This record gives sequence, structure tokens and C-alpha cells, in this order.
Amino acid sequence: MAKRVGIVDVAMTPGEETKDNFLDQVFKVTKEVLDKAGISREDVGTVISASSDVFHSGQSCANAYYWDAGAAMLKNGSRQDGESLFAFIYAVMRILSGSYDTALVLGVCKGSENPENDMITHFYTDPFYQRPIGINETIAAALQKRQYMERYGITDEQCAKVVVKNLGNGLRNPYAHVKKRLSVDDVLSSEYVMSPLHKLECAPKSEGFIAMLLASEDKAKKLTDKPVWLKGYGSSLDSFYLGDRDLLKGELKNAAKQAYAQAGIENPAKTIDMAEICEPYAFQELLWCEDLGFCKQGGGGKLIDKGVTEMDGELPVNPSGGVLATNPYVSRGLYRLAECFLQIRGQAGERQLDKKVKTALAHGTHGFAGQCHAVAIIGV
Amino acid sequence: MSKEFSTFKKVIRLPHKYGAGPTFTRFYEGLKQGKIYGTKCPECGDVLVPSRSMCPKCHVNLSEWVEVSQEGVIVSWAQTDKDFFGKPGQGTYTVALIRLDATGCDFLHLLGGNLSKVKTGSRVKAVWNEEKKGHMLDIKYFEPK
Repeated sequence: MAKRVGIVDVAMTPGEETKDNFLDQVFKVTKEVLDKAGISREDVGTVISASSDVFHSGQSCANAYYWDAGAAMLKNGSRQDGESLFAFIYAVMRILSGSYDTALVLGVCKGSENPENDMITHFYTDPFYQRPIGINETIAAALQKRQYMERYGITDEQCAKVVVKNLGNGLRNPYAHVKKRLSVDDVLSSEYVMSPLHKLECAPKSEGFIAMLLASEDKAKKLTDKPVWLKGYGSSLDSFYLGDRDLLKGELKNAAKQAYAQAGIENPAKTIDMAEICEPYAFQELLWCEDLGFCKQGGGGKLIDKGVTEMDGELPVNPSGGVLATNPYVSRGLYRLAECFLQIRGQAGERQLDKKVKTALAHGTHGFAGQCHAVAIIGV
Repeated sequence: MSKEFSTFKKVIRLPHKYGAGPTFTRFYEGLKQGKIYGTKCPECGDVLVPSRSMCPKCHVNLSEWVEVSQEGVIVSWAQTDKDFFGKPGQGTYTVALIRLDATGCDFLHLLGGNLSKVKTGSRVKAVWNEEKKGHMLDIKYFEPK
């Protein structure tokens, strides 16, 4: 990238239900990140938020509700609806435009207060062809999982290992919502939500308010001794109807290719020190690892068998516990990026990896069976 | 969590109406007659079903109508005995992506009949409701042959 954009700091809430109301949560993380950077609201150039307000909030008219709490009062602000990693790049571009030195990115979701995810995602279908058939995000994932297992011989046990790993990692993360020491048997003996998907293979529904402060290179260096730089970014969107896609050949490869090219990464499995991957369904972590080039196509099962993606593996994936531990829907991509940021800074507390993290990858996805993907590479 | 502070419970009911447009409407008209229609792309030659007004791959207008086969092959499927929001009908719910013969995409619909014969690759054929209303569920389900 010609000019650099740095992450200055981040503040976020834990995933479990809290007593605070929606606005208090927005204010809390906004104030915290500004205090960490030692600046006031007046110093914030622009604010970009990510929230899905009609379905995932049901309060007021989208971002209009929380602009003042989110430090956007009397200034420029805009919103991305869908996935917060897409909001992140929107904020980056505003800085790259030269008009702003700083940008605040917000991810806003109070999952404890709205209907279960599948009731909401049922309305992500079109009303003409898909909704009458009754599908939702979990059903789309179940269709994808069966194909993945049958085409590449991925086993239920390998998918369950992702849950064991991620909920175990969550035990060391104060921001994680669900944290447990489980066995593969525990996962596979949990009831089928939608065969072939077991209940414990599906992410919970969490709260997640997050504020991340970005700045231009010069400004970032003034605001912090430890800026973390954006090295590369890519995103790609597939067609809407499930039946128009090969669910195992999604657009993540394309998104990753763009990000790797920008970051000058030729061998991601070697160069990337850790990754945070958006896996609302356990098997998707394996599939996305393949698409990100961490192993060959169909090799996701062996990757987890060999322990490569464990905390002490060669390429740890989701040391935070991932989305299986904390699923604040639209905020989840930014949570992935925040974990990468903290690991690079050496500020990940109990879950700090026992290795030097210089380059990290964050992934976000939304839409059924990974319709839309974004990949961000950050580093020092 | 029982909240220490007040919690306001609200149910939001919002009436919507969705214009189906000419292409989707004609597909529904076909269902009323017990026929499944697709539209064929002049560039890639794919028949898209249910019918579409544009090809997502080629980004061109689709205007050639084709009546498609009522038989095909299961590409993937999922199943539950549980009730869930939006579930059509009662009892076991089995949904599948079905590649109807000589079409270029997978058709999303329900499976029924002898469910013990359901597996990926099984051939299935459409079973219709007697009364047809111009609705996706005029096709009752696809049944393994």
C-alpha cells in the first residue's frame, strides 16, 4: 500500500448478556478507546459503524440512534450493514482519501435482546423462491457441511475438534461468551440441530460492542508507540441463490488472493503467524483454512488432526475462541481483527501465543454458506 | 438472565408486500399448471430454475423460456424432526439442493416419500399437490425414485 493506515487501539465488550443498555454499551467502548489513545471526541475525524439494526436490534432507525454515543455527533459518519470487516475497510479508505487523520470503526450488536439467529436469518432469504422452503443460515450450513464431508471425506470428528479447540481457547479469553472444556464425544452427542449439524457445532448468539481507532501513518505514530499496520485487504461476493453456487468453491480464495498480493505474501502458511477466522459453524473453519491457502483443498481435516491450528501449533487459528465462542453477528469480523491486533501487540493476556506474532490474518463472512468474505492482514 | 433493571418486551409486526415482477410471476403461473419453468442464458447456455430475469454469471437479460425436467439428482440435503421458525408443514423436514436434468443450477426444495432412500446422488422426481395455488409448495416435495 502506498500510504499506511494504522490501528491505534481497540475496546470491546465481553459476549455474555450485560445489564447495560444498547446506548450505554456504545458509549462505553467509544469512550474507552478514545481514553486509551488519549484523545477526545473532537479529535475523531470520521466514524464508520457496522450494525444490522432492523433485525439485530429492532431499536430506532439504524445508526441514527447511536451516533452521539459513538462520537459521531456534529461530524461525518456512515454505516455498513452486514459485516464489520467491511466497515473497517470503509474507514481505512476515508483515511486514505486524505480528508481524515483518524477514523473510529464501531461494531454494534446486542444479541441477547433479539430473536434467535435462525429466526432472523430466515428473513435473509428472498420471499419468492427460498423463504417458502423454510431455510435459514443453519440449514444452508448443513447443506454445505454434507457436501464438504462427502466430497473430501471430512469426518464429524474432525469438525468436532474445531469446537473442542475453540471453546477451550475461549477459557483464556475474558471477552469470550461460551467457554468450555469439551470432548469430541460431547460435541457429537449433542443433538442434531439440522442433520448433519450438531448443536455444539453451531455458534451461540452473543453481545458485541467494539470500537477500533484507526489513523494515518503520521498520526498513528503520534498516538501510540505500538501502531499495527494494515498490510493487505481483499473481499469478494458470490451470487445470492444457494443453488447458483458450488458451496465448496466460494469467494474466500479470491478475497485472500487480493489481500496476499497487497501484503506481498507468497506462502501464507509460512508467513502468517496466526489467524482469526469467522466460523459460525465448526466445519467452516476447516473449509476456510483451505480457501486461505493454509493447506490444500480437502486438507482441512488433516490440518486439525495434526494440531497445526492449536494454540501451540505452527499456525494457531482462533486463539480467541472464534465465533463458536462469541458470535456478535455483524461485529464478529472486527472482533477477529481486534484479537489479531492484541496478539501482535503482546496484549492478549492469558491467551497470548507463545511465539512472536508479526503478521496476522482476520477474516469476516456474512450471507448464507459464506456468500461474502473479507480478509485483512495486519502486522508490524 | 433476570435483569436487575427494567426490560421492555416488544413484538414488532410489520406488513410488507413484495412485487414478484413478470419473470417470477410467470414461474408461479407455470406451477399452477404443474410445470416447472426455467430461463436460458444466451451466453453460457445455462438454464436457471426457478426462472430468473438475469444470469448472475454473464450479467445478461434472460428471455428464453424452457420447461424443465421434473426429475433430477440430490446434490446435498439436510434433515430435522424438530419444529423451527419458518418450517413449512409438520413432521420430518428434509430439504435438498436438487440438480434438475439439463439445468445449470441447483433447485432448492423439500424431499418426501420414502425418506430412507434419500442420499446424495439419489434420483428424485416432483410430487405435486392436487390443488395448485401458484406457490413454491404446489410441488409437495421431491420423492426418491
